[in-house]
Amino acid sequence: MNRIAFTLNGQPREVVDASPNLTLLQWLRGPAGLPGTKEGCAEGDCGACTVVLVEPEALGGPAYRAVNACLVLLPMVHGRAVYTVEGLADGDRPHPAQAALIEQLGSQCGYCTPGVVMSMFEACYRTDLDEDWKLDDQMCGNLCRCTGYRPIRDAARQVAGTRPADAFSAALAEARPEPRALSYEGAGGRFFMPEDWAGLWAARAAAPDAVLVNGGTDVCLRITKGFEVLPALISLEALAPLRALEAHPDGSLFIGAGVHLSDLEAFARDHSPAVERMLRFFGARQIKNRGTVGGNLCNASPIGDLAPIFLALGAVAHARGPGGARTIPLDAFFTAYRQTALAPDEILEAVSVPAPPAGDVRVVAYKVSKRQELDISAVSAGLWVRLEDGVVAEARFAFGGMAATPARAARAEALALGKPWTEATARAAAAGLDLDFAPLDDHRGSAWYRGTVAKNLLVGFFLETEGGSGAPRLPYRPTGTVQVVAS
Amino acid sequence: MSRTPLHRPSPHESALGHVTGRARYVDDLDAPPGTLVAQVVPSPVAHARITRLDVTAARAVPGVHAVLTAADIPGVNDIAPVAHDEPLLAEGEVHCVGQAVAVVVAESYAACRAAAKAVVLELEPLPAILDLEAAVAAGSVQGDLHEMRRGDVDAALASAPVRLSGTYRTPGQDHFYLETHAALALPEEDGALFIHSSSQHPSEVQAKVAEVLGLPRRMVRVQVTRMGGGFGGKETQGAHFAALAALGVRATGRPVRIWLNRDQDMTQTGKRHPFYSEYEAGFDEAGHILGFKVKTWADGGWSMDLSKAILDRCLFHLDNAYYIPSLYFFGQVARTNTPSNTAFRGFGGPQGMAVVEEVMNRAAERLGLDPAEVRRRNYYGDAPRDRTPYDQVVEASRSARIHAELLETSDYEVRRAEIEAFNASSRVMKRGIALQPVKFGISFTHSVLNQAGALVLIYADGSVQVNHGGTEMGQGLHTKMRTVAAHALGVLPEAIRVMATATDKVPNTSATAASSGADLNGAAVKQACETLRGRLAEVAGTTLGVPPAEVVFEGGEVFARGGAGRKLAFGEVTQAAYLAQVSLSATGFYRTPDIRYDAKAGKGKPFHYYAYGAAVVEVEVNGLTGEHRVRRVDILHDVGDSLVPTIDRGQIEGAFIQGLGWLTCEELVTDAQGRLRTHSPDTYKIPALGEAPPDFRVALLTGATQHDVVHGSKAVGEPPFMLALGVVTALRHAVAAFLPAGAEVGLKVPATPEAVLRAVMGA
Ligand SMILES: Cc1cc2nc3c(=O)[nH]c(=O)nc-3n(C[C@H](O)[C@H](O)[C@H](O)COP(=O)(O)OP(=O)(O)OC[C@H]3O[C@@H](n4cnc5c(N)ncnc54)[C@H](O)[C@@H]3O)c2cc1C
Ligand code: FES
Ligand code: FES
Repeated sequence: MNRIAFTLNGQPREVVDASPNLTLLQWLRGPAGLPGTKEGCAEGDCGACTVVLVEPEALGGPAYRAVNACLVLLPMVHGRAVYTVEGLADGDRPHPAQAALIEQLGSQCGYCTPGVVMSMFEACYRTDLDEDWKLDDQMCGNLCRCTGYRPIRDAARQVAGTRPADAFSAALAEARPEPRALSYEGAGGRFFMPEDWAGLWAARAAAPDAVLVNGGTDVCLRITKGFEVLPALISLEALAPLRALEAHPDGSLFIGAGVHLSDLEAFARDHSPAVERMLRFFGARQIKNRGTVGGNLCNASPIGDLAPIFLALGAVAHARGPGGARTIPLDAFFTAYRQTALAPDEILEAVSVPAPPAGDVRVVAYKVSKRQELDISAVSAGLWVRLEDGVVAEARFAFGGMAATPARAARAEALALGKPWTEATARAAAAGLDLDFAPLDDHRGSAWYRGTVAKNLLVGFFLETEGGSGAPRLPYRPTGTVQVVAS
Repeated sequence: MSRTPLHRPSPHESALGHVTGRARYVDDLDAPPGTLVAQVVPSPVAHARITRLDVTAARAVPGVHAVLTAADIPGVNDIAPVAHDEPLLAEGEVHCVGQAVAVVVAESYAACRAAAKAVVLELEPLPAILDLEAAVAAGSVQGDLHEMRRGDVDAALASAPVRLSGTYRTPGQDHFYLETHAALALPEEDGALFIHSSSQHPSEVQAKVAEVLGLPRRMVRVQVTRMGGGFGGKETQGAHFAALAALGVRATGRPVRIWLNRDQDMTQTGKRHPFYSEYEAGFDEAGHILGFKVKTWADGGWSMDLSKAILDRCLFHLDNAYYIPSLYFFGQVARTNTPSNTAFRGFGGPQGMAVVEEVMNRAAERLGLDPAEVRRRNYYGDAPRDRTPYDQVVEASRSARIHAELLETSDYEVRRAEIEAFNASSRVMKRGIALQPVKFGISFTHSVLNQAGALVLIYADGSVQVNHGGTEMGQGLHTKMRTVAAHALGVLPEAIRVMATATDKVPNTSATAASSGADLNGAAVKQACETLRGRLAEVAGTTLGVPPAEVVFEGGEVFARGGAGRKLAFGEVTQAAYLAQVSLSATGFYRTPDIRYDAKAGKGKPFHYYAYGAAVVEVEVNGLTGEHRVRRVDILHDVGDSLVPTIDRGQIEGAFIQGLGWLTCEELVTDAQGRLRTHSPDTYKIPALGEAPPDFRVALLTGATQHDVVHGSKAVGEPPFMLALGVVTALRHAVAAFLPAGAEVGLKVPATPEAVLRAVMGA
């Protein structure tokens, strides 16, 4: 099919001649003549470009999802419904999200406002905004330089979860998955979106140099910030097998590589508190609504946030190529800076997390960054110990931001093994980190800061879990990643 | 007046446009077919001689219509607002990374990028001064120094029981307006131009474009509908991009649009001035400051821009709210090979106050006194404690009153005690609390700029257009002007349309800056409206059969005082005025009376009045990571009789959070070649929603009428920015709780988690 077909604010649209490198934002502001959606950064960091997609297969049923239009390529909306700020008001009657923002004076210069409105629009129809922090998380991807946010938060709170009985609720109730298979060519570029394995292998054979993309929250930066031209892209987002998300009775988990981080977050709340805690401060809602587990791991960034906690949980990567499937322990997955053990013709299908062993297991994920919300880690950590009679029987201490790849701290682990799990042991193990790592040194944090924090996190891990197993949930607006409230 | 919108809450006048996406910004405008785009070719190095600049190959790139250099400028190659030291396009030398060397005009941004790559630019490196301290050490300065003195400060310091000395550095800050710089230049007949600009200063854009093109100003009209934020960043700098677009029009005959992406905006434009200060201070044992000696340098970047006035305002605020019996202040603008720093909310004021606040903190810590109490003891008071360092009399200082009311409403004492108890029992988390006062001088310190004009048009149907010289950048100026006009004409705000700011409606305007927009333009709008109301009162008086002085205009109705008798609709009166051949347009003009300053002597009355406020800030610090959070903020701010309280509250909250960003998370990191590394929101972190305190209480001081300002109001844009200095004091309180008793707190700003962890660990 050589056309991109979707609905925009309820109207069917078709595009035939656009470059597959054209972003949804560029298309909206240009050919579509809808400049209400703004560009403030072209890298997912400001939210001015926020639009809403219908996600028919979201965990828990069809949902509106706010996404950054600057990081969505136009062919990615094939088979989807797109809403922009221009599509919400009913004539002169503003949508409740818009009315609330007017009432609270949530706009000053108004430039962030269309994006704010769209994030609030998602919030209106969410069914799971049951804790205060979720509302902050919902809105933190929208930078505003004028208001200081108080009125935006108040307006969002006013409408969150209200699910007005309107045309949008009705449209959501009727949303069904549309066929999304696409093999598109336009303006000299190609874009493939296979729906099954056979289609994927065929696309890879047809375009061996094509760049794989799923949510595109990393790949698109090459286009929008690096001004690269990517002549061929293969999207994995319509590939059904990648969306598997299973919790088994023994506590093991199977997480498809194409699972969106927002869905993983909701799933982890019931099945892996440590992963939920990791995702609490990961990008912003818009990023989590597009970014995937596979994209995060295969990006193999030293500061990719899922890797440390998955390493700590002893996760296993499931790779698949035309020749079949195999597993790779996550320990062996990150081979060098931004390189993985996947063969050139393989993709990541899933990660699995083994059943937690019986007994006294303690695990927490930490993330430290200059700004808590929507920031890349200076240091992240996944810390896991199994104790037998108070003695460390097994330890997995994994860190991001400390080396060229996310990595376990072999020396620190060895220093803890066999020792009674005390603050002194944690401190002794922490000292081993100096030998394990030569931390990065950049504008996100000096080597001194990263090294010091990594050690402090290990001590903090001891203090925070001193009372027993399991990672406590973070309170609303925690001061920092480690939550040692008393002691 | 029961039905006036004045002093009442109101939404933002453009709110519906904002939330529906219908509000248009420059780059959203429908440009005519054939419009070209323009991009700057920036200098890649910090300082070099240009040995070759050849754009032949670049001009041959497909889609490129022009590549223009200094040689292609028909008029004057100068874009400086004051000092004539800033070529629009580099000539002979480049002075910073990002300086415009050429401008490409093409059919697409991709073609612009390709052409920029094809420009042959050969450079012979010259020594570069990349930071302020290096410039100070090397004596690299620009412009005159500014001094103020009072009494024998050396003697006062020598005999002071408590002496402090040190250096203090405040960082730069990117404006990070959400809308980057943009302009759309359209050719008009006879070589004239019409320019849409994202600028706080359309008259200067007009003047600069005219100079660059060698045209009289009448040939250039500039319009500003709104900006997506300005904060000072668009006070002078909008002119650069408008002039480049105008040059493109001149060269191609086609409309030209210029818009900067975020990286370009951050690397090519100036920022808040970093300041470096050396100080000595003396206190008595009760915490009264006795003597204060400060030498301070502003990092002006490579050219002057507004740096001199910014330095002046720094010196004018080295006292903040405190009476200083003896002092010596010295200030000078340094010159570095970095983009020319420019206006940013507070305009040097925050940088000045930060120094005295550091000193107050250190004194309080040294003396073991509550820092809030030390501040209270130093407030301006009755004569002789009522003279600023430049000898302006501080009339009826409101600091003490605000202090007392805020301590009470914020429950300061109780919370401070609770925090001490919490800190004694909590190992990893510690808390701090602080009270931060602000006194901020209102007026342009370059006195001539304190003037404004308005043009009000009433149509026969009773609908009204208001034009004034101020620009709308989100601060709610148009909302306030609509309110002032509605009040004066006695109509509903909805009957009034505030027009885009245009140089062909009100000429020779000043920048919308210095928090003065509503004061100056409000007085002008009021005057114009009152002129018109006077004319209409004659007409209505005839109809109603009462003298004009007895005619009341209210809520869109016109009637005789007392309310008895006939009520005319405003539109009936205007129709009658039209038929009676009465003029229905009027101008208004205002200039601030009685301000002057003698820079040589360092004495005068530069300010019409002062704005006051105070904040109580509570923070928590994580001792393992240095991460911290503001838990609660209480602000009591003096905006006089607020024109529109909802708008003022928004200014206060927004300014506080912007100040919080400056002081805690925004970090400009430049590499050894003078290249900005943190040039997008990926790495340059302005506050996000979570930085806004969950408990944020703002109150406006009551019974605070300001005489001689429109409807008793006060300026609000900048003063609350500095309330965020309280965050630093509160952080110091928390950090001290980690340290041995009596240890000095070494906290740098911005107080990032790393900076706080260093302070906690004494590293
Ligand atoms: C504003 C912003 C904030 C961010 N914040 C964070 C953060 O806090 N923490 C963090 O860790 N990351 C962050 N990221 C990075 C990114 O969002 C995540 O890494 C995300 O999980 C990537 O998923 P994706 O599906 O969008 O990846 P894509 O961009 O689609 O792909 C990323 C890479 O993985 C490859 N790939 C994707 N799926 C597969 C697969 N199944 N098999 C093989 N290769 C595959 C692609 O070829 C590409 O090389 C942020 C990004 C942005 C823009
Ligand atoms: S433009 Fe900033 S997030 Fe898309
Ligand atoms: S209102 Fe100006 S950026 Fe949000």
